[in-house]
Amino acid sequence: MSKNIVSVNNLSVSFDYQENFLSKKQKIKAVNNINIKIKKGSFFGLVGESGSGKTTLGRAILGANKISTGNVIFHDDDRDYDLTSINSKEMKEYRKKAQLIFQDPYAALSPRMTVRDIIAEPLEVMKITNSREETDEKVREIASKCRLNLEHLRRYPHAFSGGQRQRISIARALVSNPKFIVADESVAALDVSIQADILNLLKQLQNELNLTYLFISHDLSVVAHVCDIVAVMYLGHIVEMAPSRDLFSNPRHPYTKALLSSIPSIDPENKSKAIELEGEIPSAMNPPSGCVFRTRCPHASQDGKEENIEMGLEEVEPDHWVDRCGVSCG
Amino acid sequence: MNHLLEINNLDVKFDTDEGRITAIENVSISLDQGKVLGIVGESGSGKSVTAKSIMQLNPGNTIYNDDAEIIIDDENVLKFTSNNDLKKIRGGKVSMIFQEPMASFAPAIKIGHQMIEQLMIHKPLNKKEAKDISIDMLNRVGIADAEKRFNQYAFELSGGMRQRAMIAMALSTMPKLLLADEPTTALDVTIQAQVINLMKDIIKEFNMGVIFITHDLGVIAQVADDVAVMYLGSVVEQGPVNEILKNPMHPYTRGLINALPDINNLDAPLTPIPGNIPSPLDRPNGCVFRTRCPHASKEGKEENIKMGLVEVKPGHWLDKCGVDCGKK
Repeated sequence: MSKNIVSVNNLSVSFDYQENFLSKKQKIKAVNNINIKIKKGSFFGLVGESGSGKTTLGRAILGANKISTGNVIFHDDDRDYDLTSINSKEMKEYRKKAQLIFQDPYAALSPRMTVRDIIAEPLEVMKITNSREETDEKVREIASKCRLNLEHLRRYPHAFSGGQRQRISIARALVSNPKFIVADESVAALDVSIQADILNLLKQLQNELNLTYLFISHDLSVVAHVCDIVAVMYLGHIVEMAPSRDLFSNPRHPYTKALLSSIPSIDPENKSKAIELEGEIPSAMNPPSGCVFRTRCPHASQDGKEENIEMGLEEVEPDHWVDRCGVSCG
Repeated sequence: MNHLLEINNLDVKFDTDEGRITAIENVSISLDQGKVLGIVGESGSGKSVTAKSIMQLNPGNTIYNDDAEIIIDDENVLKFTSNNDLKKIRGGKVSMIFQEPMASFAPAIKIGHQMIEQLMIHKPLNKKEAKDISIDMLNRVGIADAEKRFNQYAFELSGGMRQRAMIAMALSTMPKLLLADEPTTALDVTIQAQVINLMKDIIKEFNMGVIFITHDLGVIAQVADDVAVMYLGSVVEQGPVNEILKNPMHPYTRGLINALPDINNLDAPLTPIPGNIPSPLDRPNGCVFRTRCPHASKEGKEENIKMGLVEVKPGHWLDKCGVDCGKK
């Protein structure tokens, strides 16, 4: 059994919101009481619709969002970093070890910098290398690992296609030799043929460099293919979490079931109707009490007893966690 | 029987600062009433330009070839010169739904007002009648509280609701032909499933012809009767959706299908199509796919091939160059 690299304990993140300067300040809970453990060397998937809090959770783990309650602990080989009590010097060290790959390769790269400068920037900012030669050496090394042509290093991002740009973003994230990567919708903006290429590259780099990924995506078929373990989020809560094969062959929560049935099948004869959910994901400003999914749940009871349920994961089978309310209705 | 829409030998070129770009080359498609034709392809394959040509919405630097025809109701749209002629097409006989519903509504005008305005341009109606029709349409696309929504602005609606309103607006003039350009791409999967089911019902009810553009083969499989696969401005394979997806012959169509993660077969490797889609500025001569084709010959004889579809099975059309290499 390998060790955990990240532990998230009872994590909540809320934002202050004021509609206009006269109205009362409100708290929006974007992420609510999350507990996850990410094992070293795993490909951990986080799926959910827009507004489910997946990006906020990813950013909180990287220390890019303030944590309201709970904590996030990064277990390095020799020591632990607790993000709630970390000082700025330690934070700088942590940044070398945990990096982010963004969604949009067109927005993430500065058009005024050469590819070499883009990839070298983290090294210079974090003062990892001491001389220009050393920096160049590192840049070339990671660029070739990410299958970038070394001649490309002198060019500017506009000369590259989406897939190549995403490889540049990956090279930049990996150049400081991190151990943990958050990939936030990193293939969503790409065409399918290029998406396959980037996914294969991420897998290959994981083996070569011993990486652990938190892979955030709205695309279930992509997640099913690359991830070992998957957590499904809805309105700030994890409603189900399991090893991916288990989750996709035996979904238990009604939301997971609906999500899976909504994927349009590529087989024209398989016109099985999607489990249609009523309406849309409610606003996080005004989430339903009790089970957050109850307003769209096909199994919600008439007497509304779900209003008084307290959400929380239960282990229904080894490693397969389902929200309490979903255990009975699923 | 006459087709509802017939496109013959369409070439579309754009004059840009960097030179003349070929966006579409020799595209011929036809569509009958009540049928859904899916067009799939990656970004830059010319799907949207094809649809915009039908509405004559391409920008001013567009050049069409002289012998191209886009025929709707025995009239060649490309020969229209006056705005009055075009009005019959735009929003009248043909309506279009775009990908991003927020960008398609004017942000500072109430949704109802926008619906009435376009109805009154195309139909001899007074304001009251136009309002009744609009509210009825909003009801039919499943918008609860249609009367209230009618008086709201686009930003007050959620993404799925906006796309429903867009569909209601596009259908209110009872078009014969609907062009749907990536109508579900910006939506979450559960909302996408709702919108797809809605569109299927409405297409049946109104008996329209639909061109459904998407990059998602799964969506095509669920809504389309026929499918045309486009690559870099050319149709490389075309036929009934069942035949094309189950028995793809062109190496590009096969490549697209193999690159797709299939949730029912998690062990299948993801196979990318090698290389990148070339820039339209240096569009390969001969077979446009040859630079990425796994079967391209060493001696480069594909450079001198003239592209064109041939019928390999009843209804199944395949590009000439792909006939040989698809057998491998």
